[in-house]
Amino acid sequence: MATVYIPSLMRSLTGGQHRVQAMGSTVAQVIDSLEKAFPGMKERLMEDGDIKPHISVAVDGEVTPLGLLESVKENSEVHFLPAIGGGSSVCSCVLTMSPD
Amino acid sequence: MATKTSRTRPASSNGDYRVIGTRPPRHDGVDKVTGRAQYGADIYPAGVLHGRVLRSPHAHARIKSIDTRQAEAMPGVKAVVTARDFPALESDQTLGMGEANFTLKQLRDNVLASDKALYKGHPIAAVAAVDPLIAEEALGLIRVEYQVLPPVLNVLDAMKEGAPLLHDDLRTEAFGQHAPSPSNIATHTQYTLGDVEAGFARADVIVEREFHTKTVHQGYIEPHNATAFWNRDGKVTLWCSTQGPFEVRDATARILGREVSEVRLVPMEIGGGFGGKFEPYGEPVAALLSRKCGHPVRIIMSRTEEFESTGPTPGSYIRVKMGATRNGKLVAAQAYMAYEAGAFPGSPVGAGALCIFAPYNVPNLLIDALDVVVNKPKTAAYRAPGATNASFAAETVVDELAEKLALDPLEFRLRNSARKGSRRADGVAFQRIGCQEVLRALKGHPHYNSPWHGPNRGRGIAIGYWLNGGGPSSCTIKVNADGTVNLLEGSPDIGGTRTSVAMQAAEVLGIPARDVHPMVVDTDAVGYTSGTGGSSVTFKTGWAAYEAAQDVKRQIIARAAEMWKVPVGEVALEQGVVACHSKTNLRMSFKELATKLEELGAPVVGQGTVRPRGVGGAFAGCIVDVEVDRETGKVEVLRFTVAQDAGKAIHPTYVEGQMQGGSVQGIGWALNEEYFYTDGGALANASYLDYRVPTALDLPMIEAVIVEVPNPGHPFGVRGVGEVSIVPPPAALASAIYRAVGVRMDRLPMHPGAVLEAMRRRS
Repeated sequence: MATVYIPSLMRSLTGGQHRVQAMGSTVAQVIDSLEKAFPGMKERLMEDGDIKPHISVAVDGEVTPLGLLESVKENSEVHFLPAIGGGSSVCSCVLTMSPD
Repeated sequence: MATKTSRTRPASSNGDYRVIGTRPPRHDGVDKVTGRAQYGADIYPAGVLHGRVLRSPHAHARIKSIDTRQAEAMPGVKAVVTARDFPALESDQTLGMGEANFTLKQLRDNVLASDKALYKGHPIAAVAAVDPLIAEEALGLIRVEYQVLPPVLNVLDAMKEGAPLLHDDLRTEAFGQHAPSPSNIATHTQYTLGDVEAGFARADVIVEREFHTKTVHQGYIEPHNATAFWNRDGKVTLWCSTQGPFEVRDATARILGREVSEVRLVPMEIGGGFGGKFEPYGEPVAALLSRKCGHPVRIIMSRTEEFESTGPTPGSYIRVKMGATRNGKLVAAQAYMAYEAGAFPGSPVGAGALCIFAPYNVPNLLIDALDVVVNKPKTAAYRAPGATNASFAAETVVDELAEKLALDPLEFRLRNSARKGSRRADGVAFQRIGCQEVLRALKGHPHYNSPWHGPNRGRGIAIGYWLNGGGPSSCTIKVNADGTVNLLEGSPDIGGTRTSVAMQAAEVLGIPARDVHPMVVDTDAVGYTSGTGGSSVTFKTGWAAYEAAQDVKRQIIARAAEMWKVPVGEVALEQGVVACHSKTNLRMSFKELATKLEELGAPVVGQGTVRPRGVGGAFAGCIVDVEVDRETGKVEVLRFTVAQDAGKAIHPTYVEGQMQGGSVQGIGWALNEEYFYTDGGALANASYLDYRVPTALDLPMIEAVIVEVPNPGHPFGVRGVGEVSIVPPPAALASAIYRAVGVRMDRLPMHPGAVLEAMRRRS
């Protein structure tokens, strides 16, 4: 199962746990799995069938542009992160800033 | 300002190169030094009219009415526009750009205000006329009725209970959840690692300090400019100075309600950007005016408009607390960061929060980061946005901790430095980084080991981190019959990237860099390319060029195999020579083969499109010696050395240039630069006479030390190099001032008055 790191502002949903295990071979499946274990998670992370615009997801250290479609491996680390704008309202090159 | 450089090379797995790492002349050099390069102000389409913008005289006001009739009736005036000329906004949309809830209405309102003026200089209406003086005069005929409101000009005032609200519908967003009532706090981001309270309980020494920094300009020379022509077929052409041609094209199309394919943006040369040239300002306005009058319209900002109305980098309030054990191990760190967003959400506080403790391996962290709207222009990016404010605070505290522990400040940093596997504040583990290598380069440098003591003299050091960016990019390479190639790219060149991109293609093809002719083309002529920001171009467009060159290489090999009647697998292109493995007599140079391409088939054109992963963040550190005049408080920089991890330096001269430029901007931010606002929210120093940027006469030699820790995520090991060197200078200078005169500076800029005041308070 993948290890999912829960942002501190969402830990009220996980009873304070900062790291949980979740099933799924894609980010979408991981979120479904989280929702079953911790109801309310999906509403915080998604709207209109996609990840909320100001939230990004990193799998194994890389912020992914694929979002829900990104593959997740058995031992993957999944992080839900605030999207980073770098001070620009329109620039996508800083939007996609990856953790190195 | 002279240049002196040295290079330290950790083991590299990237091998030896023929082109990469050399210093060929820049491809655009002749045009730039002879004045032939075409900037936005050089564009004069036939029949072009002059656009001028009416701006709010108030920092905060409700717009009750706008009457443009007299202006429209003035002879020579061809069009007047206000926000009412935008297409109807059926429903507002969140644009999803960055950490803020930035909406289409806000994007439009920043271009032309609809219901409220949110800063002095906020555009209200615009005029196109046959003459600039007529346009200027016509602005005076536009009648605007305002209900003036009290402004808020800094984050602490804006967050107070009962503070005037800029936006009635703005509610604090905290990771997917909105607060119930309106606020000037747009976003609350929090990062935690471990247990910060337990960490502080283990600490033997704790330092906690507050810091304030002022609003700062990027300091580019060329003002924003935009020329637009709205053709009768509904297609719009824009010529402007922008770092993000595709982003500004897309934003303009959205604002104007056009299809993206109906808007073409021609990026002109840029006279400096440093992050400040991403936002749309005059482009949609000039287009609206052009639609109304049927002529091309150009809007060129004055310097005052630049200062009053375009995005600076934010002022900030930061509180930092750090704790270490007696043996010099950092055990806990906490930060509270509030950054000015300006009139609309979207400061770089999220990036600052990721950078503030990034150089250190701290097991217990808590960072609260707030994006706060105030009555100033909406902030824009500026070289490593958000990181310099953050580093000033954290590195000053680190310096004080080292002093309390009686440790050498570099040794203390090395002992706690981040490395592969260290967790960043957001919990993500670092891949291969060069933090330790940069610190070691500083420690071993003759500057650090030279004497500095003397009356009123001090030395400071600091290190900083920047994430660097990536994003999609595209490149096309065409092979000519003489063996030269044309390289088409969509990345405006603000730091020599034509050459650093061309060199990566040349390396793959085995030809000299001078045989690659790079050109930055318009948005119709190349695939989508995200903007020139986040130090991303040499990384991402270099990678696109690498892929396009590989495409060319495959085609060349196939043509040679066809010509020689041998299997493709037996032919290779190496070091500019095409050769058959099995028949050694079958070989010719890339140039020779190019002459035969027309006979052999269709033209050879290579394409590369990428959205690369593996962005490599960068560290830079600096050593600075100063002398402080106790009478005046003036700080003189005596010696400055910067070391930076470049990954692989594609063109070392340009890397050094970026390191020097960033350092100089960091010095200016530290010692001189600030926006002076009156209590009413008017900017009192809206010119370069009163906004003091350092000149060559203020600076010593900036010695650049390139450290190369190749980024494993890039074919040539590239990390971005354009930004991180701006991050450490303010903290290093604060430490140097402390050692010179015994005062710990806790605010920027540390101009003579501030230093004198700090000395007075101490005595």
